[in-house]
Amino acid sequence: MKVLVCIGHVPDTTSKINFTNSDTEFDSNGIQYVINPHDEFTLARAMTLKEKQGAQLTVINVGPASTEPTLRKSLAIGADDAIRVNAEPKDSLFVATQIAKVAEEGGYDLIMAGKESIDYNGGMVPGLMAAIMNKPFVNAVIGLDVDGNKATVVREIDGGKETVSAELPMVIAGQKGLVKEEDLRIPNMRGIMMARKKPLKVVEPDGDIKMTEFVKFDKPAAKAACKIVSSDNVGELVDLLHNEAKAI
Amino acid sequence: MSVLIYAESWNGKFKKTSFEAVSYGVELAAKMETEAIAVTINSETTEELYKYGVAKVILVKNEDLNNFAANSFSDTIKQVADKVSAHTVVMLASSNVNSFAPVLAVKWDASLATGVIAEPTSLDPFTVNRKVFSNKAHADVVLSKENKILVVAQNSFGIKENEVAGSTEEQSVSAAAPNLVSESVEMASGKVNLMDAEIVVSAGRGMKAAENWGMIEEMADILGAGTACSKPVSDIGWRTHEEHVGQTGKNIAPNLYFAIGISGAIQHVAGINSSKVIVAINTDDEAPIFKAADYGIVGDAFKVVPELIEKIKELKG
Repeated sequence: MKVLVCIGHVPDTTSKINFTNSDTEFDSNGIQYVINPHDEFTLARAMTLKEKQGAQLTVINVGPASTEPTLRKSLAIGADDAIRVNAEPKDSLFVATQIAKVAEEGGYDLIMAGKESIDYNGGMVPGLMAAIMNKPFVNAVIGLDVDGNKATVVREIDGGKETVSAELPMVIAGQKGLVKEEDLRIPNMRGIMMARKKPLKVVEPDGDIKMTEFVKFDKPAAKAACKIVSSDNVGELVDLLHNEAKAI
Repeated sequence: MSVLIYAESWNGKFKKTSFEAVSYGVELAAKMETEAIAVTINSETTEELYKYGVAKVILVKNEDLNNFAANSFSDTIKQVADKVSAHTVVMLASSNVNSFAPVLAVKWDASLATGVIAEPTSLDPFTVNRKVFSNKAHADVVLSKENKILVVAQNSFGIKENEVAGSTEEQSVSAAAPNLVSESVEMASGKVNLMDAEIVVSAGRGMKAAENWGMIEEMADILGAGTACSKPVSDIGWRTHEEHVGQTGKNIAPNLYFAIGISGAIQHVAGINSSKVIVAINTDDEAPIFKAADYGIVGDAFKVVPELIEKIKELKG
């Protein structure tokens, strides 16, 4: 089984978000980049497919050379090889088109991604890839078992969960729950040393298809200061929520 | 040309998000000087939608669509959109909509924007404002293709009543067969669905132990609210992962969110900062949650929450 895991290169959650060039571009100055947190769950689950079922595990990212440390970290966690599509990720359709092409040419059985990136929050790339490749797609996945050519997948739905099955190849978008929190992988020294020797292939993008353009960013207005109510007067909070906020 | 609004139902009944979708779609159609048409799949009745201003409803009946699959649902909406010459499809975020919107975008050759929080700021070029960076910022996005799909973030536009006389046309659509098999569905019983909840009562490590959650549940019961928790609480196993709200948990947008004994790590705030009103109860007056909150009490949850329950009971009569 060949598994392709999409790795997002995103600003660390605690980053201060700023924009530059008249608020038309994200300001990456001083930003620490990490593996997209949702992708960490899919990568950890893919690692168990490798360790227990002998899957061949490739990680992929669409981005400039500056994303390579994030791919190397994925290799240090245990992926066998990495592919970087050498292009600025213009929008979700552009990224999905590039990865779908690699996935089809490489004959991957299972394409896994996190359900969304924590920077642009589109949640589109996995579904777009599935549609481009005309393969089954399951979103918000919290459980996965693969037996031969069949995958059984648990997805979160509003107010519950659903178990579905499909024939490989397929695309899944994973999230927390896919593995336990304590089973998330942290690269160890041996992994980091080995990662340096693992293949990281750079491929050039094919085409320039996109559907959207980010033209301007802004930040929500700062919140008014929190109204503090004395702990000796809890009734005042209820009054405020009822009469001022009209929330209860 | 028309605006097609997807009105989602579950077991034949409309989801609350459908009314917000119709409210948004009707105003968008008016702005675009075109007709709003709603489409729904296997709903028992459709009249409820007229209350939110849509006069024309298409009801698709197809047993193959009783179970969800992204390929068959997207195929259905595409066919209806083509039949009614729609160039814009409006949907409200939900687990199923989030799954099939991108698939529809490819099949229908459309531009897709998710996390939309307001009506378009411009129709030419078609520009919408959407959440980015976990709602720490917003972005104006131009949708460049002729066909457009807007997935509106829950509770960002609101439900607006605007009753009209309407009519429903039943259509049979021979959509592609689902390419996955539904094996089983398991719903959380007797609980308010967190994603639909108007009020959420959430608690963190400040509750000290799982057995102390009784008062949180009692408060939620009185308010008709959903219950939630912070990440450490679900990691320890005091509450299930389904209740975890935050960056890697659920992203929610209720009208009122109570954060009780939650310090307010940035990852937690990322999942709840779309809430209209946030109330923080915490012993530590330096806790970051107070920066995100609208109202707060610095105090011990074990003293404050029981009093809060009594006062809410008095209010509710």
